[in-house]
Amino acid sequence: MPFNIYDFTSFTQWIDKSLYENCAPFWAMIWELSIIGLVVLTFYALIGLFLVYAERKICAFFQCRIGPNRVGPWGLIQTIADLIKLLLKELVNIRNADKFLFNIAPFIVIIASFLAIAAIPFAKGLHAIDFNIGIFYVIAVSSLGVIGILLAGWSSNNKYSLIGAMRSGAQIVSYELSVGLSMITICILAGSMQLSTIVENQANGWFIFTGHISAILAFIIYLIAATAETNRGPFDLAEAESELTAGFHTEYSGIKFAFFFLAEFMNMFIVASFASTMFLGGWMPFHIAGADGFNVVMDYIPPLIWYFGKTFFIIFLMMWFKWTFPRLRIDQLLTLEWKYLLPINLVNILLMAFLVLMGWHF
Amino acid sequence: MKSLYNYITGIFKGAWSLLVGMKVTGSYFFRPSTIVTQQYPENRKGRGKRTKKKLEMFDRFKGELIMTHNEQNQHKCNGCGICEMNCPNGSIEVIPVSITAEDGKKKRLIDKHIYHLGMCTFCGLCVKACPSKALAFSQEFEHAVFDRTKLTRILNHEGSSIMKGTE
Repeated sequence: MPFNIYDFTSFTQWIDKSLYENCAPFWAMIWELSIIGLVVLTFYALIGLFLVYAERKICAFFQCRIGPNRVGPWGLIQTIADLIKLLLKELVNIRNADKFLFNIAPFIVIIASFLAIAAIPFAKGLHAIDFNIGIFYVIAVSSLGVIGILLAGWSSNNKYSLIGAMRSGAQIVSYELSVGLSMITICILAGSMQLSTIVENQANGWFIFTGHISAILAFIIYLIAATAETNRGPFDLAEAESELTAGFHTEYSGIKFAFFFLAEFMNMFIVASFASTMFLGGWMPFHIAGADGFNVVMDYIPPLIWYFGKTFFIIFLMMWFKWTFPRLRIDQLLTLEWKYLLPINLVNILLMAFLVLMGWHF
Repeated sequence: MKSLYNYITGIFKGAWSLLVGMKVTGSYFFRPSTIVTQQYPENRKGRGKRTKKKLEMFDRFKGELIMTHNEQNQHKCNGCGICEMNCPNGSIEVIPVSITAEDGKKKRLIDKHIYHLGMCTFCGLCVKACPSKALAFSQEFEHAVFDRTKLTRILNHEGSSIMKGTE
C-alpha cells in the first residue's frame, strides 16, 4: 500500500486500481462513490462538531468567560452530548406549515455545502473532484444554499421566519457578487479556474504575496463577503436572535435544526478553505522563491497540516469578527456591498489585470 | 471632489475603527487572566483543581444580617427596636430586658436579638435605620440547611454585653 503523507496521488490511484481489478467497472465506480461519500460525511460531521466546540470556546474567551468546561476535559465532549440531545429531541410538526417544503429545506441547505466540499483540495491528490472550472463550480454551488433558507422561511408560515429568509436572500444575492469577483481576481492571477492548478501555481509564493496590493484587497473583500454569505458574524441578519427569535429556523427542532446549524458551520469551513486555497496557497507550504534551503525545510511539514492550519486561522478571524462587531442594519448591509465592496472590487479586477499584463506580480 | 475625498477617508476611518474594536476583544482573548467566570463549587475552598483564588464576595454583598462584636464580646445594640419596626416582613424580633443600674436608674438592654433568615429579603433597612450602627451584613452566602429552625438566628453572642458609651 503506497501511503505517502506528502502526496496522496499514488494512494488514491492504488485504491482505484485495486477496486477495478476486483470488481466489474460499474460496481467499482459505485464502491468508489460510496467510499468518497462516507469519507466526506464523516469528515463533515467531525469538523462540524469540532467547529461548534471551537466557536463556543473562542467566543467565551473573547467575552472573558470560560465556555464549556464540565463534559470531559476542557468540555471537549460537550458537542457530542449536544448532538445526542438534538437526535433525541422531538421533531415538532407545524400544523399550518407547507409540509413537503418544510421537510426538504434543511436537506437543500446541507446538500449545497456537501457539493462545495467535494471541490476542496485537501492535499496533493486528496481531492474529490478536480474540475477544470473549479472556481466556477464553487461559486455556482455555494449559492444554492440560499434556496434552502428561503424555502425554510417560506414554508414555516411564520412572519419572523419569512423576514429572516428574505433578508438572507437579499444578503446572499448581493454578497455573492463580491465573492465571485474577488475569486475572479485570483483567477486572473492564476490563469486558471482549476483549483489544483491554482494551488500548484503558488509553489513560488502564495498569491497574497505574489499578487501584493491587488491580492490583499481581494482577500479583504473576500473575507467580508464570505462572512456575509455564511450568514455569520456582523451579517447575521437572517437569524438576528434579538429581532427575529431565530429567523428562518425558528420553527425547526431536533435534528432538522441541527442540519441548519451544522450547515452554517460547514459553510464557514468551506469559505475559509477556499480563502486559504486561493490566497494562502491551500496545502502548499510557505515558499520563498530562491531560498531553496528554507523551502526544503518547509516541505517537511505535511500538506494537511498546512491546509488545516491556514483554514483554521481564517475561521478564527471570522469568529473574531463575529464576537467583536455589532450586527449591521439591512440598509447598512446593502450600502456596504453596493457602494463600497462592489466598486472597489471592479477597480481591483482592472488593477489585477493590469498587473498581470505588465508582469508586475512576482 | 469633496465627496470622493469623504468616500475614501470614510473607508479608512471605518477600517481603523473596526481594527480598534478587534484589538479590544483580541486583548481579552490572548489574556486568559481577564476571565471573570467563577467556577463555584470548585473555588469555595480556594484550592480546587481549576481555581487558585478563593471565592470571596465583595464588601457590599448582603449575605446575612449579623451584629458586630468586638474582641471583648461587646456589641452596640441597646434594644431600642427601631430595626424591628423598620423590617418590612417581620424577620427581626428584639426581646429587651430592663435592668436597674447602680445609680437606681432603669436601663433597657437586649436579652435576645432574633433574626429569621428564612423571612429576610435582604433589603438592608435594618442596617440603615440602626442609630448605633450595631447591625451589619456579612459576606456569607451559603445558607442552605436541612432544618428550617436553623434559619432562626440569635444575633447577640452568648454572654455578650453592651459596649460602653452606646447605652
